[in-house]
Amino acid sequence: MKKPALSDEILMQIEKPARYIGNELNSVVKDTSQIRFAMCFPDVYEIGMSHLGIQILYELFNRREDTWCERVYSPWPDLHKIMKEQNIPLFGLESQEPVKNFDFIGMTLQYEMCYTNILQLLDLAQIPLLAKDRKDSDPVVLGGGPCSYNPEPVAAFFDCFYIGEGETKYDEFLNLYKKMKEGNDSRSAFLHEAAKIPGIYVPSLYEVSYKNDGTIAAFTPVYDDIPATIKKQVDMDINASVYPDKPVVPFIKATQDRVVLEIQRGCIRGCRFCQAGMIYRPNREKNVSRLKELAETMLASTGYEEISLSSLSSSDYSKLDELIHFLIEECSRKNVNISLPSLRIDAFSLDIMKQVQDIKKSSLTFAPEAGSQRLRNVINKGLTVSDIMEGAKQAFEGGWNKVKLYFMLGLPTETEDDMRAIPELANEIAALYYDVVPKEKRNGRCQITISTSFFVPKPFTPFQWAVMLDPKDYLERARIVNDHVKEQLNHKSIRYNWHEADVTVLEGVLARGDRRISDAILYVYEHGGFFDAWSEFFNFSLWLEAFDACGISMDFYNKRLRSDDEIFPWDFIDAGVTKDFLLREWKTSQNEEVTPNCRMRCSGCGAGQFKGGVCFENKN
Amino acid sequence: MKIRIKFRKWGVMKFIGHLDMMRYFQKAVRRAGIDICYSQGYSPHQIMSFAAPLGVGITSDGEYFDIEVNSQGSSKESMDALNAAMVEGVEVTSYVRLPDTAKTAMASVAAADYRISCKEGCSPYNTEEWKEIIEQEFLNQPDFIITKKTKKSERTVDLRPLVYSFSVEEQEHSPAFFLRVSTGSTDNIKPELVLSSILERLGKSFDSSAVQIHRLEICYRNESGQLLPLSAAGEEIM
Repeated sequence: MKKPALSDEILMQIEKPARYIGNELNSVVKDTSQIRFAMCFPDVYEIGMSHLGIQILYELFNRREDTWCERVYSPWPDLHKIMKEQNIPLFGLESQEPVKNFDFIGMTLQYEMCYTNILQLLDLAQIPLLAKDRKDSDPVVLGGGPCSYNPEPVAAFFDCFYIGEGETKYDEFLNLYKKMKEGNDSRSAFLHEAAKIPGIYVPSLYEVSYKNDGTIAAFTPVYDDIPATIKKQVDMDINASVYPDKPVVPFIKATQDRVVLEIQRGCIRGCRFCQAGMIYRPNREKNVSRLKELAETMLASTGYEEISLSSLSSSDYSKLDELIHFLIEECSRKNVNISLPSLRIDAFSLDIMKQVQDIKKSSLTFAPEAGSQRLRNVINKGLTVSDIMEGAKQAFEGGWNKVKLYFMLGLPTETEDDMRAIPELANEIAALYYDVVPKEKRNGRCQITISTSFFVPKPFTPFQWAVMLDPKDYLERARIVNDHVKEQLNHKSIRYNWHEADVTVLEGVLARGDRRISDAILYVYEHGGFFDAWSEFFNFSLWLEAFDACGISMDFYNKRLRSDDEIFPWDFIDAGVTKDFLLREWKTSQNEEVTPNCRMRCSGCGAGQFKGGVCFENKN
Repeated sequence: MKIRIKFRKWGVMKFIGHLDMMRYFQKAVRRAGIDICYSQGYSPHQIMSFAAPLGVGITSDGEYFDIEVNSQGSSKESMDALNAAMVEGVEVTSYVRLPDTAKTAMASVAAADYRISCKEGCSPYNTEEWKEIIEQEFLNQPDFIITKKTKKSERTVDLRPLVYSFSVEEQEHSPAFFLRVSTGSTDNIKPELVLSSILERLGKSFDSSAVQIHRLEICYRNESGQLLPLSAAGEEIM
């Protein structure tokens, strides 16, 4: 057991000391190692511990004898304050030693609202916040994860980024580091060499020039021997690759407190608002026999009482029937619960849900995303009204009476009719309940819950050209929906929740921002702002003050109509899907036309270059 | 069949609270392959109950929980399997079969033994002075009435009859107190309350960060009124 970095006195006065002591089951402790790696998740422990990607990388790195990878999460504000006051440096959970003495600080960027927490971690680690101020003795700060597909807003804080899936190039990257460390090469020499590894982006080695209108004129490498575009890394052999079969089990309850089985990567659907659906292409399924084996191993190594499946669209996994039936049998024998991912509601999924859930307590989830068929065509969400009504009918007949409906407001081309279609759809579903279920069989009223979020355009989606609205306009749209809910015949069976709009516009700026945005992020952190993903800490007026102080116009990023040929800050990344394809999809969306999914027909998105997955199903 | 398990808890594990320790053992029992009984229903849970919650920050040599099992090998086999599934800082030290008529661990708790160690240089009195104080101010008194404040109300409690033994020894250059106090659902006395109440009478204040509390044992009362360790209610399975 390692001596805790924090004294008993501190641990006794903060909330949930178990966040900071390490020692969890399956955590990896090594004597010493040539390469020390701190894997950080810039949010609180319970959130970060639930993330599968970190567990995969933790396993990948710790399998190397020469590397010791530890975990780090954002200290909660109560401890943050104490660490600042007492000058306690941020430490790795496993060794309890300061990460400032490590070789690498890696951070996964899962959502934009964690950007200020990147600075919190660097600050507590006692490492210069800006990459340009770091010395040879400082750790190399490395970023990855979905937000690194547009790393520019946080580029100033990172020495390098790894773009894509970690399974492919990390060994080469760490081997290079070890060789150069032994040769006493400088930090800048290492970064220059690393930049030649496919997938590694070193921001300081690229220069951006801007046009008079503020858009990008050119993005160029400063050396001839490094690539002008960074190619996303894809693991094309996911059956053979590393998976955490002994995941770390936290003492305190994490958000994801169960075995997580990743059944596939990528999605065949092509919803036009969805970044994950584009950047993780091509869809690759895991072998069902490998999954069965993993399920058994992981349940045995953790003792978890629940297992769930992870993927973007589980219903599209071709062997789902076989896998779920195996799990039901296996789990009932072991008294393990199955937590089902959101499945497409049909006879198959209802049958499964009946077997593993209490119908009285569970609810059905539909994500039509848009209220009208017209708008669903625009966003390429294949779900039709008849799909929803048929699914709901079967569910009501099966005994369910709770339905959740998820929508987005502020989608491109949205009209008032589209907004009003949301409550109308909910009303139709409620009416169906009263039609289908005879009075004597009803378990009270049916409960339809509508939730709307506001749409944020993301890089590498067909909607990356889309225009956003002001917060008040988003809220006006929510008001229209809310008013119309009250006008429905079955309004007493319908509840409506909507999200905040301030976070939406900020997320918009951070998602599609460029290098100039980093000043504002720095300003916010230096003025006390962090944990923006937590509504109790989110301080929108501080962000407005920061943009003002840094001379940044939010409207430039959110409300400007981008031309077809504008150079985007993220264009230097080759994510597999081509800009031509995305533009084609953007145009197709405005014609309200749908594009078939990858299994129905190849749309030539560009992911075929990876030579595998769904692109090559049924082809030899 | 009913099983009683005793474990100890040390080091950083003292920061893992009672509910999380329960969750920890639920998983450990699965990893160890103990054939534990489950409740019925959609989310079956293990038949498991803990004796007496231990506060965060307190270490222990005498923690207990009961389980029910369908089948069972020897005590040693199950103890080894459980210990192979532990993290550092938790060790199973006893695994006994209870008579079917036995009361649950929680219902049987009558007393608990504690050691309270002063951190070096943190005690206002030395060990010899303490011996005198304990004798005069507490043990020789007919009663020791204090006001116990709860969230809802205030009530007076006589600590004297609820403290079954109380002594002090010099350990690692500081006083270490040994107390056996009434524990359980009716008269639950925290050992630090005894110490802080005495200090208060002497016009001193008690600083919880200046001591380390360690639970040594939890006891039940047998038919003849004797206090025995909870594990003594069962028998080792050979």
